[in-house]
Amino acid sequence: MVKVNGEQLDIAGKTIAEYLAETKYDPKRIAVERNGDIVFKAKYGETVLNDGDSIEIVSFVGGG
Amino acid sequence: MIPSKEEWKRALNDRHGKELQDKLSSATVAICGLGGLGSNIAVSLTRAGIGKLILIDFDCVDITNLHRQQYKSDQIGMNKTEALSKNLKEISPYIDTQIHTVKITEDNAVSLLRDSDIICEAFDDAECKAMLTNTVLEMMPEKYLVAASGMAGLGSTNSVKTRKITSKFYLCGDETSDVNDGIGLVSSRVMLCAAHQAHTVLRILAGKFEP
Repeated sequence: MVKVNGEQLDIAGKTIAEYLAETKYDPKRIAVERNGDIVFKAKYGETVLNDGDSIEIVSFVGGG
Repeated sequence: MIPSKEEWKRALNDRHGKELQDKLSSATVAICGLGGLGSNIAVSLTRAGIGKLILIDFDCVDITNLHRQQYKSDQIGMNKTEALSKNLKEISPYIDTQIHTVKITEDNAVSLLRDSDIICEAFDDAECKAMLTNTVLEMMPEKYLVAASGMAGLGSTNSVKTRKITSKFYLCGDETSDVNDGIGLVSSRVMLCAAHQAHTVLRILAGKFEP
């Protein structure tokens, strides 16, 4: 299981890009943290989510 | 009559204590975007006696900015960088400002932000916010980043929070209220989020790293 924004999901084995493609996140508006470190945007396609990983997807909204 | 630099320093030391004030006075903070968030962050940090602010924005003051941003009616049409620097020096004449009237991109961010200790993301546009966040965290992992997301509308003040996402990345806002969803931005709630950002900067400089 992989913890995504606090929720346990059965997505171990997928890459971050594969997981994001199943969601409504806009890739241009997000930053992804995995086990405490930022995931480089260029590495979403090769970063495989492991059992026990914890990721946080920050999805920005407009206004400032 | 404008006080001398020594009088100014003494007044800040009296308020904050010399140990903390020395940390604030020696800090350089970059503010990326000088709108509702950035201009209010800048005023708070100036009043707190931050040594140097790097102010970056490509835009001019517009009449539609005045309901929430720290500009004046006679500054419409001025570059925000120049107008804000002037207003900050009226508040605190010894603040050191470095201004860049440019649009921040992935290509110029590192050179613009190199001299800062802490970077505030204060853009309006969600894609720009994400771009700066990813660029800073990828290219300048030694810097602290204090970003904002979600402060539009008349939602409760109590839903605006500061969260620590990584050891160097703090996020302020309610994370949901999009500017396009409702009535847009309201001065007090934008100032509230800006205050979260400015206060996070001061806490980091004071060595208090939990939000």
